[in-house]
Amino acid sequence: MPKVIVDGIEVEVPEGSTVLQACEAAGKEIPRFCYHDRLSIAGNCRMCLVEVSPGPPKPQASCALPAMDNQEIKTNSEMVISARKGVMEFLLINHPLDCPICDQGGECDLQDQAMGYGNDATRYLEQKRAVTSKEMGPLIKTIMTRCIHCTRCVRFSTEVAGVTDMGALGRGESMEITTYLEKALESELSGNVIDLCPVGALTSKPYSFVSRPWELKKTETIDVMDAIGSNIRVDTRGGEVLRVLPRVNEDINEEWISDKARFSCDGLKRQRLDKPFVRKDGKLVPASWDEALSVVADKMKQISPEAIAVLVGDQCEAESMFALKCLAEKLGIENIDCRQDGAKINTDSRASYLFNSTIAGIEDADAVLLIGTNPRWEAPVLNARIRKQWLETRLPVALIGEEYELTYDVDYLGNSALLLEQILQGQHSFSEILAEAKRPMLIVGMNALARADGDVLLGLCRRIAEQFDLIIEDKDDNESWNGFNVLHTAASRVAGLDMKFVPKDRARYLEDILDDANKGNIEMVYLMAADEIDMSRLGKAFVVYQGHHGDAGAHRADVILPGAAYTEKDGLYVNTEGRPQFAVRAVFPPGDAREDWRIVRALSDVVGSALEFDTPEELHHRLSKAYKTFENIEVVQSSVVTDFGREGKVEQAPFDRGIKDFYMTDPISRASKVMAECSEVFGNTKNA
Amino acid sequence: MLKDEDRIFTNLYGWFDRGLAGARKRGDWSNTRELLKNTPDEIVELVKASGLRGRGGAGFSTGLKWSFMPKQVTDRPHYLIVNADESEPGTCKDREIMRNDPHKLVEGCLIGGYAIRARAAFIYIRGEFYNEAQKLQTAIDEAYDAGLIGKNACGSGYDFDVVLHRGAGAYICGEETALLESLEGKKGQPRLKPPFPAAAGLYGCPSTVNNVESIAVVPTILRRGPEWFAGLGREKNVGTKLFCISGHVNNPCNVEEEMGIPLKELIEKHAGGVVGGWDNLLAVIPGGSSVRCIPKSICDDILMDFDSLMSVKSGLGTAAVIVMNRQTDIIKAIARLSYFYKHESCGQCTPCREGTGWMWRVMERLVSGEAEIEEIDALEKVTKQIEGHTICALGDAAAWPIQGLLAHFRDEVEDRIRSRKGRLTELQAAE
Repeated sequence: MPKVIVDGIEVEVPEGSTVLQACEAAGKEIPRFCYHDRLSIAGNCRMCLVEVSPGPPKPQASCALPAMDNQEIKTNSEMVISARKGVMEFLLINHPLDCPICDQGGECDLQDQAMGYGNDATRYLEQKRAVTSKEMGPLIKTIMTRCIHCTRCVRFSTEVAGVTDMGALGRGESMEITTYLEKALESELSGNVIDLCPVGALTSKPYSFVSRPWELKKTETIDVMDAIGSNIRVDTRGGEVLRVLPRVNEDINEEWISDKARFSCDGLKRQRLDKPFVRKDGKLVPASWDEALSVVADKMKQISPEAIAVLVGDQCEAESMFALKCLAEKLGIENIDCRQDGAKINTDSRASYLFNSTIAGIEDADAVLLIGTNPRWEAPVLNARIRKQWLETRLPVALIGEEYELTYDVDYLGNSALLLEQILQGQHSFSEILAEAKRPMLIVGMNALARADGDVLLGLCRRIAEQFDLIIEDKDDNESWNGFNVLHTAASRVAGLDMKFVPKDRARYLEDILDDANKGNIEMVYLMAADEIDMSRLGKAFVVYQGHHGDAGAHRADVILPGAAYTEKDGLYVNTEGRPQFAVRAVFPPGDAREDWRIVRALSDVVGSALEFDTPEELHHRLSKAYKTFENIEVVQSSVVTDFGREGKVEQAPFDRGIKDFYMTDPISRASKVMAECSEVFGNTKNA
Repeated sequence: MLKDEDRIFTNLYGWFDRGLAGARKRGDWSNTRELLKNTPDEIVELVKASGLRGRGGAGFSTGLKWSFMPKQVTDRPHYLIVNADESEPGTCKDREIMRNDPHKLVEGCLIGGYAIRARAAFIYIRGEFYNEAQKLQTAIDEAYDAGLIGKNACGSGYDFDVVLHRGAGAYICGEETALLESLEGKKGQPRLKPPFPAAAGLYGCPSTVNNVESIAVVPTILRRGPEWFAGLGREKNVGTKLFCISGHVNNPCNVEEEMGIPLKELIEKHAGGVVGGWDNLLAVIPGGSSVRCIPKSICDDILMDFDSLMSVKSGLGTAAVIVMNRQTDIIKAIARLSYFYKHESCGQCTPCREGTGWMWRVMERLVSGEAEIEEIDALEKVTKQIEGHTICALGDAAAWPIQGLLAHFRDEVEDRIRSRKGRLTELQAAE
C-alpha cells in the first residue's frame, strides 16, 4: 500500500491506485474531462495535470500515473495551475460560445471547470472550428462543434456497451468523433453516452430544448422497465416527467441504465387512463368513481369467489399487490396470479426464483450458462456486467435457446431443452467447463420457464446446479456461492412471488386460469395493470381493468379503474436478486387516477369487506409484518435452496424467442413515441 | 574529418552492390556467428561501453535502453522494433541505409535482437518508402536464404525472424508508442507512459524500439570494438554520425562524419558551402525540423553533437542540417513547419490538437505582418502552454521551431508587422 503526500497530507492508497485517486483520497479535487472511473484511462484531456516529485520537471497527468511510495504530489502549485489554465484555454478556443442555447448548460463539466481555470477574455483571434453534426439515431442529438475529444463515448461504447460503432476519424484538429456510417448506436445502453459527455456534444434528443436542470424537481426512485431495479432519478417540472437519469448503485446498475428506462418516459403522457370508465351497450363511457366501484362491487358480490380471477401485471408495486391479495383473501378468491407470462415457478423455495449469485456476483463468476434468456434485451445493464467480467477474464459463456447476438463471445450450444439433459449427464462438452469452474453460473430465463414443461426444466436446472456444485454453502460465508439464477423480466414478479400471489394449488398456473375463463368457468377477471396476457382467452368473463394506460387490458375491460404509473406512487419493488427497493412518487397521477392501493382500499369498502389499513404507513407495516422480504429495504436476504421443480420428461420443442421488440415490452414503452421511433430504427434489424 | 577507414556506411551512395555478396565484401555478416557467442548481457555491455546514443533524435544511450529489457524471457516473447518511419523533415539518412546498405540493418537486427533476447524484429518502414521497402525485403530474403536469420540464425542455435511492415505514412507513427499501436493495427496514437515499451510494448510484450541507424551501426561497433567507436568524437558524444545537409547549400548531401564536427566545416567541406558564401548564411536548423534554429553567429563555431547543441537550446535531433541563407523568409519557413505539425498532430491530447492549429494560424499572420506586436508574446506563451503538457513529444516539436524563431529573429517578426502598419498608414494618407 503506497503512502503518498498530497499537498502535505499523507495518505495511504491501495496498490495499483493512480495519483488522481490518491489526490481524491486526500480530499483534493482534480479537474478532469476524459477520465472516468468505469472506463479505461485515456489521459488525453490533460486537465488533471499535477506536479509530482520524484519525476520529470513538468506536470504529469495524474489519471494515468501510478501512485508510488513517498511520492510528493502538488495539486495547486503555480506550475499546476498555469498548466491547467493553459489546457482550459486550448479547450475553449474552438468550443462554441453557445452556452445559452446548449442543453448541457447548467450541468456542463466544461462550464463548471471554466469557472475555475478559464480566462475571462480570449486571446484567440482566429476562426473557430466548426464540425458537422452526426446523425446518431432517435435518442442522441449531436452538436459536434462542441466536442472536446475526450473519447469517453468511444470508450463506453466499445468497452461497456460492446459495440464498435463509435470512433474517431481524422487527425489533429480535424479529428471527429463519429459513428462512421452516421447510424444510430446499436446498443440498448446508448443513452449513457449522453451522461458521459462532459460537454453538450451528445445530448438527449427527446429532451432537447425542454428544460434547464435548475428548473427540475429531482426524485430518486427505481426503474421498472426490467426486473433488475436500476436506480434512477426522475426529473419533473410541473407534474410532468421530463427525463430519467441513472443513479449510482454499485450492486445493481453501477451508473448505467438502459435506453428503455431512460427514454420511455414520454409514454407516461400518452394513452393515459385519467377517469373511470364503464362499458354500456358495448361502449366504454366515462363514469364517476362511485359508479365504477359499485359496478365492480355488485359483480363481485353476484359471482361466486371460485369464478373470479385476479391477475397482476409486471409493473405493480408490492403494496398494491398486497392490498389486492388481502381483498382476494377476504372474499375467498383463490384464482390469483402474478405470473403474467405463465412462468411455471412455484413459491415453495425462494431460491428457486431468484438471481441468487446477485448482479455484482457476476464479477466473481468463471463460467456462465444461459438457458432460454436474452440478457441483452431482458436486462441490458446486467448484460453489461457479464461483458465486464468477460472482458476481464474471458470467462466461457454458453447459450441454450434461440440464438442472440450478445456483446461477448458466446458458445452457442443449440436450441433444444434436451441439451440440458446431456449436460446433466456429463455427455456434453460444456459439462466439463461447468465441472472445472469454481464459480459457475446458470441463468435461466423466462423463455425456458414459461414453457409448458417449465417446471420440469426448472427441476432439471436444479439438478445441474447440484451435480456441478453450483451451490456452495460456507459457514463463514467467505466461500459461499449460489450459481443458480433466474432472470426475471417483470419488475413486480419477485415481490408477487414473495407474497405468494399465486393460486393455493401448486399445480395451477396462469394457463389453467385462462382455460377456465375461456370455458366460462371463470366469470369475472380483475386485471391490475396486466396487459401481457392473451385477452382473447378471457372468454365472456366480466373484466375489470385497473391500470394506467389504455393498452390491451383496457380495450377488453368492462370497467376501467384509472391507476398510477410507477412515477406516480410510492412503493416497494423487489428485483430479480430479491432486493427490495423503495420507489418514490415523483408526480401525481393524472386526472381522476389514483394510487392503486387506494383504489383497492376503496373497492373493499364498497364490496363490504373493508381492509384494515387507511394510510400508506399502516399498509407498509402490515406488508413487512406479513412477509420477511419487505422488512429490510435494499438488503438481499440469502435464501436456502431446497428441492424445487418437477421431475418429468422435457419436450423436444425449441425455446421461444421471448421479447420480440426490446423497445415495446410494457404499456408505458408501447405508448412512447420515442420508443416507437427506436423500434422502427432498430427493431427489425437487430437480433432478427 | 573522418578517415575513410573509419566509415561504417561504406555504400551510403549506392556505388557498389547492395546485395548480400556486396555486403559480405564490405565486411558485413563476416563473423556474426562469433559475435553471437557473446552472451546477450555482454553485447549490451559492449554497446554501453561504445557510448552509442540513439540516432532517432532523443540521443538516449542505446545500451542502457537495451538493459531495461527483462533479463529472462517469460511467457511473453521479447521484440525488437526498428523504427524506419523516417518522416522528420530534412532527414533522409535511414532511407539511404535501407536503399544502399540494407544488410547492415538486417545484421544489426539479429545482433540487437539477440542482445535483448527478442524472438523477432519488426521493421516499421514509412509507407512512402516503397522502393526502399522492396530493397530491404530483398535483403531480408537473401539473409533468410543464406541461413543468416530465421531458424538457427548464422548457425548460432538462435532462432530469429525479421518482419518488414509498411506504415501508411503518418509522421506520428514515428513516435515509438504510436508506432507500436500502428503495428498492432490500431490508429497511430501515442500511448501513455508509463508503462514503457520495455515493460509492455508490442501486444503488451517487452519491446525495444530503436532507430535504423542505431541498429545498423551495432555490428561494426562490435567488430571493431567499442573503444574504436568511443575514440571518435568527444566525451559522451562519440562515434560517427550520418548528417543530412539540405537547404541553401551548393551540394546537398548525406555524409557520415565524426560526431562533434564543427557545423561550418560540415557545410563547407561536404555540402559545397552556403549558397552565396558563409556570410550569406542566415540560420541553420541543425537537427531536423523539431529543434530550435540557430542564427549564423552561433553557427560560426558550434560543434555538431548532442551536448553542444543542447547548450545553445537547440539539439542534434536526427542530424538533419537545414541551411537557410539570407534570401530566406525565415518567418515563412517556420510557418511552413508549423503547418506540418498542425497537419501531423494525431489529435489525441488537447494542447497539441488545439495548439498546433492556433500557432500555425498566428504564424501565417506573422508572415504577412497582419498582427499586433503583443501577439508575438501571446504566441510564445502558447508555445510554452503546449511544451511539456502533451502525451508525446510532438507538442514539444511543434513548439520549439517557433521558440527558436522568436528567440533569434524577433526583430524580423516585429519589423514585418511595423512595416505593414507603415504601408497601411501611407496608403491612408495617400487617400
